[in-house]
Amino acid sequence: MNDDSVYDGLLGGDDSQWAFGTDFEDPLAGVDTTLPEGVDGAALAAYCLMLGDDALVLSHRLSEWCSNAPDLEEDIALANVALDLLGQARLLLARAAAADPSVVPVLPEGSPVPPEDALAFFRDQDAFRNVRLVEGDRGDFAVTTVRLLVASTWRLALMQRLATSRDAVLSAIAAKAVKELAYHRDHAARWVVTLGSGTEESRRRTEAALATVWPLRWELDRTHEVERTLAADGVAVDPADVAAEVDVLLDQVLAAAGLEVPEVKRTGGLGGRTGRDGVHTEALGKVLAEMQSVARAHPAGRW
Amino acid sequence: MTQVEQERELQAQFDAVVARHDRIEPRDWMPEGYRKTLVRQIAQHAHSEIIGMQPEGNWITRAPSLRRKATLLAKVQDEAGHGLYLYSACETLGVSRAELTELLIEGKQKYSSIFNYPTLSYADVGTIGWLVDGAAIANQVPLCRTSYGPYGRAMIRICKEESFHQRQGFELLMTMMRGTDAQRAMVQESVDRFWWPALMMFGPPDDASPNTAQSMAWGIKRDTNDELRQKFVDMTVPQAERLGVTLPDPAIAWNAERGHYDFGEPDWEEFAAVVRGEGPCNAQRIAHRRRAHEEGAWVREAASAFAAQQAAAQQAQEVSA
Amino acid sequence: MSAAAGGVRGEWPLWEVFVRGKRGLNHVHVGSLHAADAEMAVRNARDVYTRRNEGVSIWVVKASDVTASSPDEKDPLFAPAGDKVYRHPTFYDVPADVPHM
Repeated sequence: MNDDSVYDGLLGGDDSQWAFGTDFEDPLAGVDTTLPEGVDGAALAAYCLMLGDDALVLSHRLSEWCSNAPDLEEDIALANVALDLLGQARLLLARAAAADPSVVPVLPEGSPVPPEDALAFFRDQDAFRNVRLVEGDRGDFAVTTVRLLVASTWRLALMQRLATSRDAVLSAIAAKAVKELAYHRDHAARWVVTLGSGTEESRRRTEAALATVWPLRWELDRTHEVERTLAADGVAVDPADVAAEVDVLLDQVLAAAGLEVPEVKRTGGLGGRTGRDGVHTEALGKVLAEMQSVARAHPAGRW
Repeated sequence: MTQVEQERELQAQFDAVVARHDRIEPRDWMPEGYRKTLVRQIAQHAHSEIIGMQPEGNWITRAPSLRRKATLLAKVQDEAGHGLYLYSACETLGVSRAELTELLIEGKQKYSSIFNYPTLSYADVGTIGWLVDGAAIANQVPLCRTSYGPYGRAMIRICKEESFHQRQGFELLMTMMRGTDAQRAMVQESVDRFWWPALMMFGPPDDASPNTAQSMAWGIKRDTNDELRQKFVDMTVPQAERLGVTLPDPAIAWNAERGHYDFGEPDWEEFAAVVRGEGPCNAQRIAHRRRAHEEGAWVREAASAFAAQQAAAQQAQEVSA
Repeated sequence: MSAAAGGVRGEWPLWEVFVRGKRGLNHVHVGSLHAADAEMAVRNARDVYTRRNEGVSIWVVKASDVTASSPDEKDPLFAPAGDKVYRHPTFYDVPADVPHM
């Protein structure tokens, strides 16, 4: 190390020092995005939005912990999880746009905003397809941990199966995600056990967190029409197929933590519709108002 | 050997190590003043990394593209890592992170004044990378050769990562300058706000910096405040030209005789006020840190209690086996 | 603030972290961190010190369990062997009016 060498990286150079890399020009560069035979592009796009929006919104909530975590080590860990999910979101939104360009919001002529950014930053709330579980306020560390446990357990079980999807892009995204999610689930599970067993206060907070998160769990198990169709085509995974596995895994963690599965009333939908259909809680509107504010103020901006 | 003689001999050995630019390691004898100065400097540096997460963290949830969101989050995460490396270096001097955190939130230890300025537009993310991280690099590169081993080793890792931060900031500003008129105006406005505070990051002028001489003699500091400030200006002016922004100082001009850029005098009264605690964000930054620390207490306690339960269970198992 | 109020109040112990960059190399000391127990220390080390895939293998050792011998390091306060690398927290009176950095 000498005085000059650290300046070398200022312009040009390699990206390897970034946890996430900085070269994102085309997230699906070099990947064959042709639709598998017989697959409806609109359905595939909707499915990618469901999984992509889950990741995007959960990542957003986790990123709110940055500089707010209980300790520096945990601040770094939560940021790692948020970064992994953001990466998954980006790939899935890009896949959605490639599968059905009509889902991408139309921007002014000549706008340099790439399609996956248009989907994240210029789409209205009712076009978001994430489950409501991921959009609630970040709450305390117990709420965040329990929510991450539920979301990552479900998503890992799903992605393990999605790795054999007939869609080559989804299959590649899922294979990458599996490694990340295994870590997320492990991280959350260890914390739930720690908090459940730790002190009286941590136990009380974890029980309260279970009562906050559990009423929204059912939405993950519910099969949407898009999922049913694509699962039959060998492209998607029917959530009904992972529900039992997820139950068993969550029961194991709660048992290790000495916690009971809470008896709660489910949070109902609206006319049978829920997050997957674009019907959300009040929280999502605020998330999007914040997340999209700069991008929407500069629809022709370059970032 | 009397204690006085012993002390004198240790002092001579210490002086010899510093004189030959070798490193002092944690278990070495060191003068109490050296240790205190190091603790103060490393702690302030660590606090700066941690408090420095806030101004940029302010924009994570509003970053305007997925790529920018990821790079910003990764960058702020790096700062947490840097703070952690530095607290670790400080701990080799016998001060715990908990104590240092306490001193920070009690307002008994300082951090870099620059973080008491607000971030008011997304361009500030770029400007902080370019100017603030640039100034930090100019300050920190010489510290890789500082006389205290653990500090120097932490700095090597930090400097390596900081250079990517600076690059990230500069690249954001360059991209915005190629965007719309509104974006260019945003960049210029941001540079106008951060230029002078960035210059102040090198500390008061040499003739008003009482600690510099001793710190240099100990090899804790390697260059004076004014030398580093000049180096930073020389590095930055050509970058500003390339970027297409105007630095808000009409006195900036190449001085062929000196071989350096001339530049104006920062407002040292403002600097003193911010150091005194009267900057735009002093109270807010400390309150944020305090809140996060206090809200996390129950989590840290739970983990300690759980670890104790596990250890007790393991011990019981060993006894019965 | 006293030492009792600051240092002792439930702070997690300090762990020294060793990372093997790739197969065929030794584990090298890269720094330290705080964790409640060994498992948490390994997880934290993974996040803090190898988040850029620098590490293949991680060791963590409780700092207070390290026994050190360093003949070259001159320290009259400790016996020649058996002291700990990590010293117990001591309170330092740090002046509040320091403008540096």
